[in-house]
Amino acid sequence: MVRVLVNVPKQIAANAPFDVKVLISHPMESGQRRDQLGQAIPRDIINHFICTLDGETVLDADFFPAIAANPFLSFSVVAEKSGTLALTFTDDHGVTQTELVAITVT
Amino acid sequence: MNRLPALAVAALLLIGASDRRSGYDDASPDTRAMQDDDAANPAFLWVQQGEALWSEPAGTTGKSCATCHGDVTTLRGAATRYPAFDPQRGRLVTMEQRINLCRTDHMGAPALAWDDDRLLSLSALVGLQSRGMPLAVEPREPFLSEGAALFRERMGQLNLSCAQCHEERAGESLGGSVIPQGHPNGYPEYRLEWQGLGSLYRRLRNCMVGVRAEPFSPDSREAAVLALFLAVRANGMRVETPAVRP
Amino acid sequence: MILPRRRLVLLAACCAVSPAVATPADVAALIQVLVGDAPLKDGLIHLDLPVMVENGNSVAMTVSVADPPSPVEAIHVFAEGNPLPLVAVFRFGPRSGAPRVTTRMRLATSQTVIAIAKLRDGTCWRDSIDLLVTLAACIDQA
Ligand code: HEC
Ligand code: HEC
Repeated sequence: MVRVLVNVPKQIAANAPFDVKVLISHPMESGQRRDQLGQAIPRDIINHFICTLDGETVLDADFFPAIAANPFLSFSVVAEKSGTLALTFTDDHGVTQTELVAITVT
Repeated sequence: MNRLPALAVAALLLIGASDRRSGYDDASPDTRAMQDDDAANPAFLWVQQGEALWSEPAGTTGKSCATCHGDVTTLRGAATRYPAFDPQRGRLVTMEQRINLCRTDHMGAPALAWDDDRLLSLSALVGLQSRGMPLAVEPREPFLSEGAALFRERMGQLNLSCAQCHEERAGESLGGSVIPQGHPNGYPEYRLEWQGLGSLYRRLRNCMVGVRAEPFSPDSREAAVLALFLAVRANGMRVETPAVRP
Repeated sequence: MILPRRRLVLLAACCAVSPAVATPADVAALIQVLVGDAPLKDGLIHLDLPVMVENGNSVAMTVSVADPPSPVEAIHVFAEGNPLPLVAVFRFGPRSGAPRVTTRMRLATSQTVIAIAKLRDGTCWRDSIDLLVTLAACIDQA
């Protein structure tokens, strides 16, 4: 399990864009590094990230090894009503994890 | 008598209180912005892990940190006093060692290695409770004088002392990075170079390896007295844990 | 005292030597595939990165398109001097509040970073930045 921190504003107004900030604990091993014995360290990155709000896409991203370790993302969302953000990411082993975050629109 | 008169302490410390600069002040605007926003500071991934560990039973007693300490906020201020002299054990203990002593002596759990993410997580969580408070470490002798002497001792193949970089050359640039004054007020901290969270001990190791010296071992008296000297030298500066540095 | 030069070399040498880096031609070819016959113009999209980079392991980057004449379908980011030229692709859906993303990227060396926005009306827009990296993406030594 990868640790994830998602930050959304406490107060969200209908149809007014707001920012979501995401941190994911992941080494984003680029596949370009060698260990102390000179062996190549295999690539292991989160290669896909998607955020939806009640099933509708907000942001769909492909990541390459140039994304820094412990990836940070900040992006804008617009909501009409309260709902659930689903943040799903997939690593090089095909493992997928989803974080659900409820948002309250007033 | 364990306390030195204030004047003697001041004489050990080259940098005057008003000239002290946190590593934060030497960092780039982008690195500072990472530290300024908890939602953008990757160290908070470790704090989050620390919060989970805080109430997770460990060891033969089945106790968690919370069993004895209650809410972690009760440890507000604790990190401003470390390293601290432990009268029972008759030695200095760093914050990481204190947490490990709670595990071994109070919980029946094995000590965690100095670079174990769980230890760093707990230490970051405890340190965060003191964020913004001034460091107030006891200038305990003979440890302080020992630490001060080590700080000025030339070491390694490059034959450089900590003081030569962190006092004489502080603020100058070295191979692309600014040499900071070398204060411990942000640890454990997230370093971009480490791509992770690390302890003050890891930082000392890095600096010692940098001058091609054999690093002091994590539980050595040398590492502890050096940490004490750095803390006393930074007394009054605000805790930034968990800081972000290049 | 004078610091020995050796120390400078030491710091510089801590960086993982990557086998090869992309070239501007590689990136140009990738952009050609992406854009096809559509017109590619400078402007509209804005790429924000520090011109002086403290540590190439983590460099804050924001890409945004202000007031696009047609919805932004995707933004592609390329690094000409990295081992792999692709950095990220961002596609914006109906719940996006603005075509803007902030993330952190690695930079192996001083180089040019390019962002291309593809709009639904078929137009493509480009911005680029030349940056100076003082400490490249590194590995820990101790
Ligand atoms: C069985 C009770 C017990 C448990 C469980 C326990 N502690 Fe403690 N803790 C103590 C006592 C007692 C002290 C005072 C120092 C001593 O006697 O060891 C202390 C001291 C501390 C201090 C120093 C406070 C100061 O003001 O100097 C810290 C920090 C701390 N504990 C953290 C932890 C953490 C983190 C855990 C979980 C890994 C933990 N403790 C688990 C009993 C406990
Ligand atoms: C050759 C110069 C040099 C020597 C000698 C040296 N350091 Fe450092 N030290 C640095 C540099 C450069 C940095 C900052 C690295 C960075 O942030 O990129 C640093 C960082 C630090 C920091 C972290 C400060 C912060 O804000 O996080 C501490 C603490 C420190 N050094 C302590 C020491 C101690 C103790 C010694 C002696 C054992 C020592 N250093 C020896 C160059 C040196």
